Amino acid sequence: MTPNRTQIIPIGPYHPLQEEPEFFKLHVEGEKVVKLDIEIGYNHRGIEKLAEGLTYDQVPFLVERVCGICSTSHPFACVNAIEDVGGFDIPERAKYIRTFVGELERIHSHLLWLGLAGHFLGYNTVWMWAWKYREPVLDCFELLTGNRNHYAMFKPGGVRRDFEDEDLPTAMRILDGLERPLLMFAKIAMADPVLQARLKNVGVLTYEDCVELGALGPTSRASGVPWDVRRDHPYAAYDLVEWDVVTTENGDVFDKVVVRVLEMLESVKICKQCLEKLREVRDGIDANYKEIPPGEGIGHHEAPRGEVFHYVRSDGSNRPIRYKIRAPSFMNVPTNNRAVVGYTVSDATITLAAIDPCYCCTERTIVVDADSGKQLMGWKELLRLSQEKTRKLMEKYKSRMDRVWI
Amino acid sequence: MADEVVEGIKAKFGDAIKDVYEKSSRRTFITVDPARLPDIAEYCYKDLACRFQICSGMHMEYGFEILYHFAMDRANRIINLRVILDPEKPSIESIAKRVPAAEWIEREMWELLGIEFRNHPDMRHLLLSDDWLEGNYPLRRDWKEWRGGEHDTE
Repeated sequence: MTPNRTQIIPIGPYHPLQEEPEFFKLHVEGEKVVKLDIEIGYNHRGIEKLAEGLTYDQVPFLVERVCGICSTSHPFACVNAIEDVGGFDIPERAKYIRTFVGELERIHSHLLWLGLAGHFLGYNTVWMWAWKYREPVLDCFELLTGNRNHYAMFKPGGVRRDFEDEDLPTAMRILDGLERPLLMFAKIAMADPVLQARLKNVGVLTYEDCVELGALGPTSRASGVPWDVRRDHPYAAYDLVEWDVVTTENGDVFDKVVVRVLEMLESVKICKQCLEKLREVRDGIDANYKEIPPGEGIGHHEAPRGEVFHYVRSDGSNRPIRYKIRAPSFMNVPTNNRAVVGYTVSDATITLAAIDPCYCCTERTIVVDADSGKQLMGWKELLRLSQEKTRKLMEKYKSRMDRVWI
Repeated sequence: MADEVVEGIKAKFGDAIKDVYEKSSRRTFITVDPARLPDIAEYCYKDLACRFQICSGMHMEYGFEILYHFAMDRANRIINLRVILDPEKPSIESIAKRVPAAEWIEREMWELLGIEFRNHPDMRHLLLSDDWLEGNYPLRRDWKEWRGGEHDTE
């Protein structure tokens, strides 16, 4: 009997570095990965179902919670979908504000990924530098929207808050200050021997793979597939500003870094044009639509990770009767089946991270005991746990505050 | 441009096209015969070079409905193929072999809505655990554990 040469290396169900629940089973022969099993479904919130019980004004708040990093992408697609139901148009000023928020978020998300990618390679210098320059971006968000992460700016028909004129010069200064470090990152990425050695010709996705599996965002653009919803299906102010779609040819992890760094520079360009326009365009920020007619609508937005797709079905009441969310990672994660296989185990960690996966976005489900058929965690139970945790945190925080103030 | 696409689909699959609804120049909804859906989906994907976006499965009063969303990126347009399936025993041929991007979403619709996809290359649970109880489909309207808006929020 010949021994089975294939062994399985499990990564998950809780990723040691990404700190998100997913399960990759690497089937390896020696050092080489020969097969990959992907299991997801460890983190469920049932957002599609929840959306059916909420009004159109509440749904953008709910979908904002789909992802903590690209927290504007889902509301962006959501309001696009709701406006598509009735064929509504929105004021130009609201379009510029939406575009600005969407692009600034791309910068923060790509910087976050760049830092994490460095961290995954054990190259913590990149991590520290990338996150250092992410800080002013968050400050800019705080200045203009009031929040560093969940901005809650979007509503069907416009945006919730206006930008103040006196804040615009500060925002402009922050954007100006970003250009130099971003160019530095571009230079580092091109010249650094460590990044070259670890990332060149690793985890290659071919053009055909991307088209077949429907890969999205920087994952596909690094393989030369020029899909970008912002250009192809223009919405908000993307057809009113000048910018370019960045593509590269090789499809390896290195090219994914390059695409993301160059995209950030494009985003800075878009943001600045939006700020310029916001000085002049003053036609209100909200079209104030009251009724959503019966029908169906599709909205999408090019999130930092790729196209976010929302479908909404309305029966003329104030709540959707079906809400479908498709996050980009849902299409990008299966590409790992092609990108990881054939390379060594040590390359797998960075390749699995190269698509900038976001598992929270991909998943929707609920836990039931198999023997009794009972739901393990009901609404009451979850509420109790949540309250208990808040109480504990408050106590801890209070005792620490006491120490500080005494 | 807009109508060439619809006319092309009509000319090729005349009797399988039941209804065409042009919501706007950017959104086209085509109701098709479920038996011919894989051919039409393949035509959209290969001949029209559309990008498969996703499917939206729905449980409605009159049965199960699936929308196959195909994006025509160069034309700023989305073609939606709609099929309506039997409310008692929903079943349709899988398109995952012809359009590989559809593999995961068919698994998801199978476990959440209970729609059978015939000849799917790898039909396993995706989001739910492998020992999930047979016949429990959380996104169906008549599912007992959780009804939209009616759960025990008190």
